[in-house]
Amino acid sequence: MIIPHPLLGPRDSQEFTYLGDANLIDRPDWQAEDAVDRFHDYLYLRDNPAGEHKELWFHEQGDRSWLVVTRNTLTHEIISAELARDVARTRGRSK
Amino acid sequence: MRYSGFKVLKEALTGHRGWQPAWRDPAPKSHYDIIVVGGGGHGLATAYYLAKVFSKSSVAVLEKGWIGGGNVGRNTTIIRSNYLLDGNEPFYEFSMKLWEGLEQDFNFNAMISQRGVLNLCHTDAQRDAFRRRGNAMRLNGVDAELLDTEGVRKMAPFLNFDSARFPIKGGLLQPRGGTVRHDAVAWGYARGADSRGVDIIQNCEVTGFRIENGKCLGVETTRGFVGAGKVGVAVAGSSGRVMAMAGINRLPIESHVLQAFVSEGLKPIIPGVITYGAGHFYVSQSDKGGLVFGGDIDGYNSYAQRGNLPVVEDVCEGGMSLMPMIGRARLLRMWGGIMDMSMDGSPIIDSTDVDGLYFNGGWCYGGFKATPASGWCFAHLLATDRPHETATAYRFDRFRKGLMIDEKGMGAQPNLH
Repeated sequence: MIIPHPLLGPRDSQEFTYLGDANLIDRPDWQAEDAVDRFHDYLYLRDNPAGEHKELWFHEQGDRSWLVVTRNTLTHEIISAELARDVARTRGRSK
Repeated sequence: MRYSGFKVLKEALTGHRGWQPAWRDPAPKSHYDIIVVGGGGHGLATAYYLAKVFSKSSVAVLEKGWIGGGNVGRNTTIIRSNYLLDGNEPFYEFSMKLWEGLEQDFNFNAMISQRGVLNLCHTDAQRDAFRRRGNAMRLNGVDAELLDTEGVRKMAPFLNFDSARFPIKGGLLQPRGGTVRHDAVAWGYARGADSRGVDIIQNCEVTGFRIENGKCLGVETTRGFVGAGKVGVAVAGSSGRVMAMAGINRLPIESHVLQAFVSEGLKPIIPGVITYGAGHFYVSQSDKGGLVFGGDIDGYNSYAQRGNLPVVEDVCEGGMSLMPMIGRARLLRMWGGIMDMSMDGSPIIDSTDVDGLYFNGGWCYGGFKATPASGWCFAHLLATDRPHETATAYRFDRFRKGLMIDEKGMGAQPNLH
């Protein structure tokens, strides 16, 4: 698989390590009333779709940036890649 | 029809005209007491034990393709019960005991061969960990032997003992481990279940569940609606997709692809199963002579039933590092299967929030060895609504309660288990 790195261009997926579903960006608020339930769901439950999947890849052998890669789990086709930092910021994180 | 040596001889002398199909091809009835979704090893074993042990007469197995076409025909055929943790070890030993009597039990030659499973260690720390695991196994009444370098050399003189980076310091041997002909397991269970009245319905894909007031009343299939008192889902690899049809959208499971390989046929050389402790490689030799080997999962979510080349390279490098003699052997075939990778690396056999709907999955890449016990325990749950004593830990709520069974200590990162 070739991952189109937004800064470095096409890179072999071997240079990356994989974390999982990009929803892991959305860490729940630990002070919320239902934090226990939300952390359980956040940590242990997955959508696990057959088809398009947004997921976190870490460019460990490269520039050490985290990417959100959109990939088809049925065909392994990679549709897009963006910096996880940008994704997190558009979701209102780290303002 | 019973199989026996006499029957083989008789058929050989009469032109093999007396063999009959090993199971029927029935059309689905309108209602069964229990439906098992998934005609793989676990589903067929479940149906078999439901009929045999729990005397259930109205049972059907629904399979979307043909039985044994999924992971039970794609694994590397290894059986073992060398687990560390209390939640796992009694279950896998129960499975091992069932394997030991299986051929006589279902009257089918599954070529069960207990040639031993040897896990190699390459550092002092690894040997300590193996000693601990061996002791844990023995506390559960399981056979375990810690070998030193000489002990390993006697069993497998062809290994690369003097590797400067990963010298072989010894190994943990489970002599009762070994291999089984995996297809025969599916066929044996299918035949045994069928002869006890279970309807095995192939080419019948479940397309939905009929759930009213929180109770599962049956399944919609490509061959019409089939009503059921209880429905058990045993479709590891596709658990997410099937359970989503029942409205259970999120499971503690990711689907990953695991590859396996077989070389051309060679003269007998590998005595049992050997696993490399310093890389992702394990190997056994089939009765046809092919080296059957595999490594780790590819490591990213996949439903594709095929992997990528980096892992092929990694596995072959592991093999070359451990036993350089295989360098001239040619690879004959490679393939991939889809694993239910759970959040702690251990399976789930449990009821669900939907009344009458039960779940069996999350087998990670260790489902094959568990086939008999998984079937028995799932049948126990379906028949009695109580978990079998060896499977009490395999619950959905163990994540909420902090009772994970994390053999590898990797935490909630499925691709590392």
